[in-house]
Parts: sequence; C-alpha cells; structure tokens
Amino acid sequence: MSASDNSLLKQTPLHALHLARGAKMVPFAGYDMPVQYAAGVLREHLHTRIAAGLFDVSHMGQIALRPRSGKTADAALALEKLVPQDILGIPPGRQRYAQFTNADGGLLDDLMVANFGDHLFLVVNAACKTEDEAHLRAHLAGICEIDPLADRALIALQGPKAEAVLAKLCADVISMKFMDAGTRRVGDIDCFVSRSGYTGEDGFEISVPADKAEALVTALLDNGDVLPIGLGARDSLRLEAGLCLYGHDIDTTTTPVEGALEWSVQKVRRGGGARAGGFPGADNILSQFAQGAARRRVGLRPEGRAPVREGAGLFADAASSGQIGRVTSGGFGPSLNAPVAMGYVPTSLSAIGTTVFAEVRGQRLPLKVAATPFVPNTYKR
Amino acid sequence: MTTLYTSDHEWLRIEGDIATIGITDYAQSQLGDVVFVELPKVGRSLKKAEAAAVVESVKAASDVYAPISGEVIEVNEAVAAEPALVNSDAGGKAWFFKLKIADKSELGGLMDEAAYAAHTA
Repeated sequence: MSASDNSLLKQTPLHALHLARGAKMVPFAGYDMPVQYAAGVLREHLHTRIAAGLFDVSHMGQIALRPRSGKTADAALALEKLVPQDILGIPPGRQRYAQFTNADGGLLDDLMVANFGDHLFLVVNAACKTEDEAHLRAHLAGICEIDPLADRALIALQGPKAEAVLAKLCADVISMKFMDAGTRRVGDIDCFVSRSGYTGEDGFEISVPADKAEALVTALLDNGDVLPIGLGARDSLRLEAGLCLYGHDIDTTTTPVEGALEWSVQKVRRGGGARAGGFPGADNILSQFAQGAARRRVGLRPEGRAPVREGAGLFADAASSGQIGRVTSGGFGPSLNAPVAMGYVPTSLSAIGTTVFAEVRGQRLPLKVAATPFVPNTYKR
Repeated sequence: MTTLYTSDHEWLRIEGDIATIGITDYAQSQLGDVVFVELPKVGRSLKKAEAAAVVESVKAASDVYAPISGEVIEVNEAVAAEPALVNSDAGGKAWFFKLKIADKSELGGLMDEAAYAAHTA
C-alpha cells in the first residue's frame, strides 16, 4: 500500500494519541495502527513481561448478542450452532475462547465470548469482523439482535503490574480471576473489563466508549510502570505464549484438532456429549477427535540463532526433497533470547523433541518440536 | 581512507584495495532491534549486487548486498555473536565483512557522505 492510500485507512479513537507518542504507524487489517513506539519492539516486549504494557486493539470487532426472548440461554444455544464450544455453560461474568467453523470444520475466525448476564459479548478479529457480523445475522437474526458496538475502543493492559495499575482506577479488578468478564466502573467511566489478553501475561482487556478512550489511556500511561506497546511486540509476545494468530496459524483450512485447540472444545460438544455436534463441520471435527488428524500445529525451537519465519517449508531430514509442513509464525522471542516458531507437521512427527528441518535461504536448519507456551503464562486463576 | 555509501544504506571504508562494509546508522534505525546477523564465508567471491549477508530484526529479515565485486577476506565474528552491536555502533564496531576489491571502477557509482546525507534527508 503506498503512502497516498493511507487516507483510506480507518483510524481508532486513539490514533491521535499514537501519533503524539511517536508511534511508527503501519496499515493493519484496514486500520492505520502503531507497530512500535520510540522504545522499539524489543524493549516494549520485555517491558510488558516485567511491568505493564498498554495496547490499542480497537480495530477488533466488538459485538453484543441480545436475545429477543430476554433469555441469555437462547442466545447461547443459538451461538452454539456456529461454534464447537459450550456457550450455554459460560456462567454470568465469565468469558471463553471459541471459533466459528465452516462446513469442512475449518476456522472462519477465533473469538472471545463473554456472558454479561442479559446478553453475550463477542470480541472478533479485525480482518474478519464484517464477515463475522454477516455470518451472525444470517444464522442468528431470528433469535438475537446482533449489535456491533462500533462506538467503543478496546485496549489491553498486560503484564505483572497490570493489576496494581488498573486497581488504582477500579479497586474491584483485584478480585477478578483469569477469564472473568463484566461491566466495571474504571475511574468515572463505565467499561467492560475482562481479565484476559494475548501476551501470556496476567492482564486485562477494557472496552471503553470511544469518546472516553483517550482520557482512560492517558490516565493509565501516567503511571510510570506502563508503556504503550505496538503491534510488533504484540506479535512476539503472543508467539512466545504459543497463542495462534488467525489467518496465519489457523484459518479456513485448519480444524480445531489440527490446530491443537482440542482444549477449547468442551466435552459436552464432543462425541457422546449432551449437545455433541450441531455446528458447521461437526462431522469432520468429531471424527478427528475420535481418530486423530493427519497433521498438527506444534511449537518449534530452531537450534541455531537464525529466526525461521512464516512460510518456511518444513522437512523430515536435512536432505529429503518432500516437504512435510510449513512454518505459520516465526521470529525472535526477546524473553527467550532465541528464535521461536510454530507450524504444521505430520502428526507422526509432532511429538515433543522430534527434530525437523526448515528451509531458510536455501539451507536446511534443524528445529525441535517443543511444548507451548514457550514462556510460562502467568494468568491469575 | 574514504567512506562511500550505497542507496541500499550500506557504507564502504576504502583502504588501498580493501573495502570494509557495514550498514548505516539510518539503516539500523529503520530496522529496529537487530537480533541476528549472518555473514558470508571467507574466500567467497561476490559479484556486485549479490546477496552477501543477512540482518534480522525482531520483525523481519533483510539482505545485505555486495556493493561492489570482490573476494571476502575477513568477516566480523563479533557482530554475529552480538547482533545488537548493529544498533549501538553501525558505522564502527558493527562492520560486516571485508572485500578485496575486484574492480575499482565500480566505486565510481557510489555516494560520498554529502550525497548520502541528501539521499536520506
């Protein structure tokens, strides 16, 4: 995209603040977004792991599903027709990770679903939000009002000091546990707060009315423990945490089983469960649960210092010609001070400790299949 | 001793028929934190514009091209061992490799310091 096209990019409610704080801006999912600030990706990453980082993720889609019957269970059961997760079982005040599946069992998007008592609150990926909204309307409009909350910003405050920082504006967050979610008053602003994130660190995501976003972010950044963090460090943090990036590590061609996301499909939706199946692609996904899939997403640790990046072909040995898989995310992990990657390999080569080879600039570099997360998460459970 | 520059943001320090090559401070500022450097093998014969080395930041990999033709006579193992040197001293300690210049006439196409400053302005 040339510079002259930047005028076509959308801006988040925090755009002016990013520019004022010296962010380097890049196009991302149709938005002009900060990729890094003056500190740079490395320092932003490390700061988030030792103190607190503040991320603007307002490009993501926020959607309320309001049951026409007034019963949230009706909205939950309706949403279960589109995702393989137990939505009915999410208690009020809790949030769960989910995926929209297609007829083949591939993934249309991944999302968070929270039960806000009288309605469900969804957070979806920026690049998918238009399609997700249409998908919800096509299948759920009879049962739910589908309400995209376009007038809200979304920020994430992540890291070991996130709780202490946010507690100064909302003492109640101290009692929240990982994946708790609901309405909270932060300072004098009514927000939706969840104890979750995309870094592997303890932290919070805060949905705030667009016209209050800059005031809230300025108040948080006034705390000396908080630095603004760009998309560059967001990517290296989530990669070290072993978390999937939609469109890269998972997409319409990968199922939850192939993507090593079995943990996210509760037993009640699997074969033999009380509400087994009933979502798009259930035949394929449930048969993979029973019989396994041919390939699997794994964590990969290059043995050398060279980063192995997205798109690199994977091979079983240093010489054979047949490609066995592909790296879907890869780069340098600042906290590990080493390269990290993830990708798909045949299930027969997915055991931890297996050596595979990636082709980088014409050379075969050895990598070991490794457990994820690469950096232990610090969620407050 | 003369220092010359390429439009790809490399510098060459010319001493007799030896050129020491690195990337400029402007280049390192655009790359961000450098985490990996791959150097050519000593003895390799490089043609002008051939990919000779690799410099990687957290986010991306970039090639370093041979600005002129020549044989690699020495590489800087210190920068491979400590890639952050590229950020702290791009124009000095973080040199990449030395070439025995094959054809001095190729130097004519390069920029002097003033021309390079104008190029990055």
